[in-house]
Amino acid sequence: MMGRTIIPIGPYHPLQEEPEFFTLTVEGETVVDIDVRIGYNHRGIEKLSELKTFENSTFVIERICGICSTSHPFAYTRAVEDVFPMEVPIRAKYIRTIIAEGERIHSHLLWLGLAGHFIGYNTVYMWAWKLREEILDVLEILSGNRNNYAMFKPGGVRRDIKAGDIPVCLKKIDSILPTLDMLKKAVLDDPVLHARLKGVGVMTYQEAIDFSALGPTSRASGVARDVRKDSPYGAYQEMEWDMIVTQNGDVFDKAVVRILEMFESAKIMKYCLNNLPDGEIDANIMDVPPGEGIGHIEAPRGETFHYVKSDGTNRPVRHKVRAPTFMNLPTYKATVQGETISDATIILAAIDPCYCCTERIAVKDPRGRLLYNGKDLVQLSREKTEKMKRRMGVR
Amino acid sequence: MTREEVLLDFTSRFHEDILDLYDKSRSRVYVTITPESILRIGTYLFRNVGARFNIASGTDMPPNIEILYHFIVEDINLLISLRVLLDREDPVIDSLGRDIEAMNWIEREMSELLGITFTGHPDPRRLLLADNWPEGVYPLRQDYEEWDETADRTRGI
Repeated sequence: MMGRTIIPIGPYHPLQEEPEFFTLTVEGETVVDIDVRIGYNHRGIEKLSELKTFENSTFVIERICGICSTSHPFAYTRAVEDVFPMEVPIRAKYIRTIIAEGERIHSHLLWLGLAGHFIGYNTVYMWAWKLREEILDVLEILSGNRNNYAMFKPGGVRRDIKAGDIPVCLKKIDSILPTLDMLKKAVLDDPVLHARLKGVGVMTYQEAIDFSALGPTSRASGVARDVRKDSPYGAYQEMEWDMIVTQNGDVFDKAVVRILEMFESAKIMKYCLNNLPDGEIDANIMDVPPGEGIGHIEAPRGETFHYVKSDGTNRPVRHKVRAPTFMNLPTYKATVQGETISDATIILAAIDPCYCCTERIAVKDPRGRLLYNGKDLVQLSREKTEKMKRRMGVR
Repeated sequence: MTREEVLLDFTSRFHEDILDLYDKSRSRVYVTITPESILRIGTYLFRNVGARFNIASGTDMPPNIEILYHFIVEDINLLISLRVLLDREDPVIDSLGRDIEAMNWIEREMSELLGITFTGHPDPRRLLLADNWPEGVYPLRQDYEEWDETADRTRGI
């Protein structure tokens, strides 16, 4: 039997939001077992939220995640509104939808850029992040912030969209679409990327069901599941848009789902900006009655779920927060086993959790000599791409 | 199946285990069930009805600890929350994580934050709390008291 080596990955990683600690057990180059440890970033926000008023909690909740800082307030405000239950004004629904979709585009672009970076396609990285800036500009025009928009409050939104800003935003969105299209073709038609990412880290339909996987991670495995379609909220039922579902469940399909979703998001944003109804933006709710409410929305990474229990005071008795990665992370068990170490980095990245601490990866042999560190593993991943390019005669 | 058919099938199948059913709105139903029946009902919803498991949320409500298992039947947009009340002194319930992979992590989380024992859980390690967190101290219990003299957790209060 071949000797087994344990590769620790983490817990600190510099690229995305969550520190995690992976233990990969490898035989030769093949990963045979994986274990994940989380909790390094556990800030006790559920407990903290119980000490704040319903309105103030929104700002704490917004700071759960820096990338998708709309999804948590969106789900939370819907949970508080579900306690009544009540409807928010139609204009507030549209504004919420615009911000949420802008966030989806910038989040997917961020992922695409980093994914490109990891397999040695730095051009993709540069292009994606350049486009992301344009979307962040749109969000800054609308909300005043590039991130942590502070637009949400229970019962409506805190800030209106000025009529004069709409043409500027529409022009900016239109201006990135041709470049996004070019980027799409560059990624989807590239023979090297096909060879590098297809069939890698496959999650089957049944596995997606068993793990209750969410968002693009499940839609890439053929599970047609999207909260925006299944439990319509915001303004999503007002216009035509497509849910992107692919069948293969590999890393390539997860990228395809995210790329195509950006076009749908741009479509939704443009519709909402063009058809923004007049009216109030806030229902001015005063007291939250005793009861419980559930709010769930489709964040860029999947469904975000909030549960709020109220006892009639101005603070929640219980506030449960479930981010999509909580359900998507355990799918590593299904996708990484049997793959090679040089693919592990991109598979671990494919569900868009975070870039798994690569700077701190260290591979040691049984006598404790250092074989690879994080840099070397990224290098391994890039060299594999280069090798494939040479074999295929692509320069 | 329509919403009414799903609910009728569900209530007639498990009428002995259902203690209370609160039909809150079009898309929200809260069902209180006996703790002994969670394995049957949870597995039935997940495997037979084809519901997706959202998450479970535990709350400390002396003299009970309450667990809500949230399932969504996506085709009919119905969120079914199974409510289970456990004895606070000795909260024990069967583990669903043994059969359903999606529930593995949340049961680990509830067992360390609220002190609930899930019998038959395949991997009952800690999930979130640090290694130096003392045994038997559960941060989401109402009577939680600060144990770490060096910690400053007063921010935002």
